[in-house]
Amino acid sequence: MEIEGRTWKFGSDVDTDAIIPARYLNLTDGKDLAKHAMEDERPDFVKGVQQGDILVAERNFGCGSSREHAPLALKVAGISCVIAESFARIFYRNGFNQGVPLLESAEAAKSIKDGDRVRVNLNTGEIVDLTQNKTFLAKAIPPFMLNLINDGGLIPHLRKAGKKKKR
Amino acid sequence: MPKTIPMTITEKILAAHAGKKHTSPGEILDARIDMALGNDITAPLAIQAFKEIGVKKVFNRERVALVPDHFTPAKDILSAEQCKVLREFAHEQRLTNYFEIGEVGIEHTLLPDKGLVLPGDTVIGADSHTCTYGAVGAFSTGVGSTDLAAVMATGRLWLKVPESIKFDFRGKLNPWVSGKDLILYTIGQIGVDGALYRAMEFCGQAIRALPMADRFTMANMAIEAGGKSGIFEPDQVTLRYVKARAKRPFRLYQSDKDAQYAEVHEFDASKINPQVALPHLPSNVKDVKEVGKIEIDQVVIGSCTNGRLDDLRIAARILKGNKIASSLRLLVIPATQEIYREALKEGLFDIFLSAGAVISPPTCGPCLGGHMGVLAAGERALATTNRNFRGRMGHAQSEVFLSSPAVAAASAVKGRICHPDEVLGKGSKGSRVQGRK
Repeated sequence: MEIEGRTWKFGSDVDTDAIIPARYLNLTDGKDLAKHAMEDERPDFVKGVQQGDILVAERNFGCGSSREHAPLALKVAGISCVIAESFARIFYRNGFNQGVPLLESAEAAKSIKDGDRVRVNLNTGEIVDLTQNKTFLAKAIPPFMLNLINDGGLIPHLRKAGKKKKR
Repeated sequence: MPKTIPMTITEKILAAHAGKKHTSPGEILDARIDMALGNDITAPLAIQAFKEIGVKKVFNRERVALVPDHFTPAKDILSAEQCKVLREFAHEQRLTNYFEIGEVGIEHTLLPDKGLVLPGDTVIGADSHTCTYGAVGAFSTGVGSTDLAAVMATGRLWLKVPESIKFDFRGKLNPWVSGKDLILYTIGQIGVDGALYRAMEFCGQAIRALPMADRFTMANMAIEAGGKSGIFEPDQVTLRYVKARAKRPFRLYQSDKDAQYAEVHEFDASKINPQVALPHLPSNVKDVKEVGKIEIDQVVIGSCTNGRLDDLRIAARILKGNKIASSLRLLVIPATQEIYREALKEGLFDIFLSAGAVISPPTCGPCLGGHMGVLAAGERALATTNRNFRGRMGHAQSEVFLSSPAVAAASAVKGRICHPDEVLGKGSKGSRVQGRK
């Protein structure tokens, strides 16, 4: 599975209040939430983000609250993949459960610049910065989490598993 | 006899919930869940996901708790709609642990106080501060809405057994030093990702002397160091608290003496003074005497971190006979309806009202910038809450400082961040107020 897109670069400890401010948590529809993704952190994000774009951050991306509205807002805004040096634990689970693949690579997180075109191979963990002509290798995604991504998230995955059982 | 392999309390609880004799860090377990919870923000997404899974009934109607506490009493129409989703689902599923306004409190104070989370349990909640219940010797951790949906459907969840970090607090606490100061100090030492994916186990002489309220505060903020969970071995203090509340059997686990830890930190509690976390990370911690002159516009005493009766008592001791500075607002938010009633009975409300505070019904409210005290651009708050991220309490250009209730109350009187000694006189004896029997 390959993904290619423009990158949006962020720093360390980007918290879930930055990804989707709590004042919007009275919304549950992904389309409504996506309009406010990164609103305080980077006001030009929502206007500029394109379907398939890739978010790159440094350490501890998604720290703070458990709100799944955060990966949901990013996903619906168009983000296809997040690369970071490390992820906060709950965000990591939520990302895969929402069907957003997350890759850990300290080198890629450091080296990739805002606006670079990047190609990611989810099966091998290979990250190619096409702008800088550099290649990185992320930690491999565990097979069962890759299954979640292929099925589109935990819920579609459970439904598929449920159907198989019934047969 | 084969030698048993030593385990931490966390490993023992998780092994037992996966039907195994032994487990070790890194193993992925399919764990049985004793209690699963959601609130008015996370449960609507979970309920939607639950319906998509196609299961008709929750795994056990007594083991799913829905607590509308964040934007309640409903702050606007959209929030009211979210509460309605919870109410209707609770009714349809005949949930025994749905808490309506008038009964509700902040989830992480309410559930232990009701005896719904017990030592030895495995608890998950769609709220990051679910780690609070480690204070009673349970394994508990926060997840997202989809994971909550999966648990509501199956009663089980995959969990990776975390490595543990031991925090050993030696020595005696200084006056006015509370669990909040110990955990802020700890986060300041290890950073906001210092315990990423790991269980934080708190022990030592200073910890044994802590009342339950302070243990809840510490376990509550494990997530602010990136921790998967925070945990305390149950002791007499735990048992006194739990026995009065439990309606089902529970198990006490202890870490083995030679259990393996990824890291061990030893702190001398007698060297720790009241702490303050400066904007915009909980790890940006300083000794209260080193923060300089910081004037504040608002003080908030409450939240799942510090809205318990002991917290209100300490604040009242400092506020008694004093008025808050005319330059600021003080909000006091008892965490639950029970605490509200007790505080009222004890006369604490009189003290707060005479000081010039406003008392809010139980709610998470301003902690996450929801309602009941949101900040304008350029404003600065000192709060007993858990997070001071940019814009956490309102406008992106506002600031939040974090402290204990004692420091918050004293600072409300002085109008700037200060040590309680500045209000009660040097050498004043604070603040270990044990709960009344």
